[in-house]
Amino acid sequence: MDLFHNLYIGFQTALTFANLWYAFMGCVLGTLIGVLPGLGPIATIAMLLPTMYSLQPTSALIMLAGIYYGAQYGGSTTAILINVPGEASSVVTALDGYQMARKGRAGTALATSALGSFFAGTVGTLVVAAFAPALTSLAFEFGAPEYFALMFLGLIGAVVLASGSLVKALAMVVLGLLLGQINTDVQTAVPRFSFNIPELMDGINFVVIAMGVFSFGEIIANLGKSAEHREVFVKKVTGLWPTKKDFKDASPAAVRGTLLGCLLGVLPGAGPMLASFTSYAVEKKLSKHPEEFGKGAIQGVAAPEAANNAGAQTSFIPMLTLGIPTSAVMALMIGAMTIMGIQPGPTVMTSNPTLFWGLICSMWVGNFMLVILNLPLIGIWVKLLTVPYRFLFPAIMAFCAIGVYTLSNNTFDVYCAAAFAVFGFLTHKFGFEAAPLILGFILGPMMEENLRRALLMARGDWSVFVTRPISAVMLLLALVMMIVIALPSISKKRQEAFVDEE
Amino acid sequence: MKIKSQRDFVSGIMLIVIGLAFAIGATNYSFGSNIRPGPGYFPFGLGIILAILGGVVFFRSLRSGPENGDPIGRMPWRALFCVVGSIVFFGFCLPRLGFIISFPIMIVFTSMAGQEFTWRDALLNAVILTVMSYLIFIAGLSLNIPLWPAFL
Repeated sequence: MDLFHNLYIGFQTALTFANLWYAFMGCVLGTLIGVLPGLGPIATIAMLLPTMYSLQPTSALIMLAGIYYGAQYGGSTTAILINVPGEASSVVTALDGYQMARKGRAGTALATSALGSFFAGTVGTLVVAAFAPALTSLAFEFGAPEYFALMFLGLIGAVVLASGSLVKALAMVVLGLLLGQINTDVQTAVPRFSFNIPELMDGINFVVIAMGVFSFGEIIANLGKSAEHREVFVKKVTGLWPTKKDFKDASPAAVRGTLLGCLLGVLPGAGPMLASFTSYAVEKKLSKHPEEFGKGAIQGVAAPEAANNAGAQTSFIPMLTLGIPTSAVMALMIGAMTIMGIQPGPTVMTSNPTLFWGLICSMWVGNFMLVILNLPLIGIWVKLLTVPYRFLFPAIMAFCAIGVYTLSNNTFDVYCAAAFAVFGFLTHKFGFEAAPLILGFILGPMMEENLRRALLMARGDWSVFVTRPISAVMLLLALVMMIVIALPSISKKRQEAFVDEE
Repeated sequence: MKIKSQRDFVSGIMLIVIGLAFAIGATNYSFGSNIRPGPGYFPFGLGIILAILGGVVFFRSLRSGPENGDPIGRMPWRALFCVVGSIVFFGFCLPRLGFIISFPIMIVFTSMAGQEFTWRDALLNAVILTVMSYLIFIAGLSLNIPLWPAFL
């Protein structure tokens, strides 16, 4: 069978000594930054990007992927132990995970999260392996209108998931799209909004924005708050292995979470996050004891953790098959591919089968490593949590500053990052969320190109987006999302879901 | 005029200004037509949309919530100055003074942003981070970073 043959190629690639080593490095680094606040996968990958030139493309991507899902594991650890979700997708985990930790069941919560994630990762890997080829052939049917509609759907997804006001999130997306317009027009070679500054003619590197807004801007905002105490509730984690009853309670939830995660993860925009929110809501609905949720229900840890990990795997699908970055991390992966001379898109699978399948299989290998890294070695990560913020933030600043500088060995990028630090702080202050901005910025140029191409193709007729079936379906989905979110009953629920985050 | 949300009031105005600025800037580039959109087509449309969204934020700030609610609050000037200042300092000094000098100074400068600043901790942190970064980025990853002052 094809699938097995492909997996065989993949494992042959993923299990070489060098690739195992890079997967391991990626996982360790990922967990580390996931546990440390403020230093996300974006900053880390950006810092490592210049060093990627010397690596084999496959090894480099395996390591980057390891950082990505390693950060998710690490993020769950902090969510459970100190109620600080390291990554956006572990926000829900904090609800019940932290309560479990307070009841002295931190070990069980961590194990549930790790095992649930591992199960989900395994299924997710299989799903990617099984469906990526099919979707690749679908991708060849994609024309400019479909690409545009898909990206539009992704942006709406990001808006819907942003906390706070919908209008503000939409404004951030549009602002991101506009910032993406600072470049040289591809079709006419006219420099736009660049004020004759050569660096701006190439467009702003999105890493500069990401670091400025997320790393630097957040540090300013955090320091502005009155000294906050990161209380480590659990000094020593014991009782890792869940009991039989825990297994019985958690397994169905993990399975449902995995299914939801696989489905929703494919959506561009905020797949893993959407998956974890939805699966939590589903578990609460299905449970015979919904009142236990928020007070340490094990299902409330198992389901969202499985969902976000499965979603993290399947979110590779649009990147691998269509070449569309669905998040900042995926954009970096695409950047890394381009650096190494691989054109992302539907042809990767046929032109670079070892890379494609090697990457997919390494996800499973990485997930396995993460279980080992996170369960028996949990004590090390707990120690890290006790480092006070006054030592941490200069370190984050320092690493990010080096990262920004080495992007292109250019101080202009550093000044730009400083400007975006101020901007990032202001967004915090005014109650805007920055994540939609980044996605808008990344997708902006691609959206413009496809919009213009679609209109050219349709002779200026905007209806082309609704008369072509695939594009119509995606726009319809976006519309449904908007309507559902705008419904009064749901918007109330949505506020509840975000309440703990703010 | 009664302002109900100061934060939305100010940010709404900012969005309107930014949106209009982009839209007006876009008129410098050929707009093209629906059939053949030019380089000004997309940014012009987006600028207008942003200005409209800003308008919505602005007008809502006049309507919902208690009067003068949702204040902007105190600005953390010290953190803002130290963080942004140290990034600019680093950008300016790295090519001129080199890593060995500018990096530790930047870390001490950054540390001053915190409320629990002590010289002992900041200097200790600077030494540790400089040695670590040297080992990781310069010795380990051999990134292209100027080490010593350019005039030496």
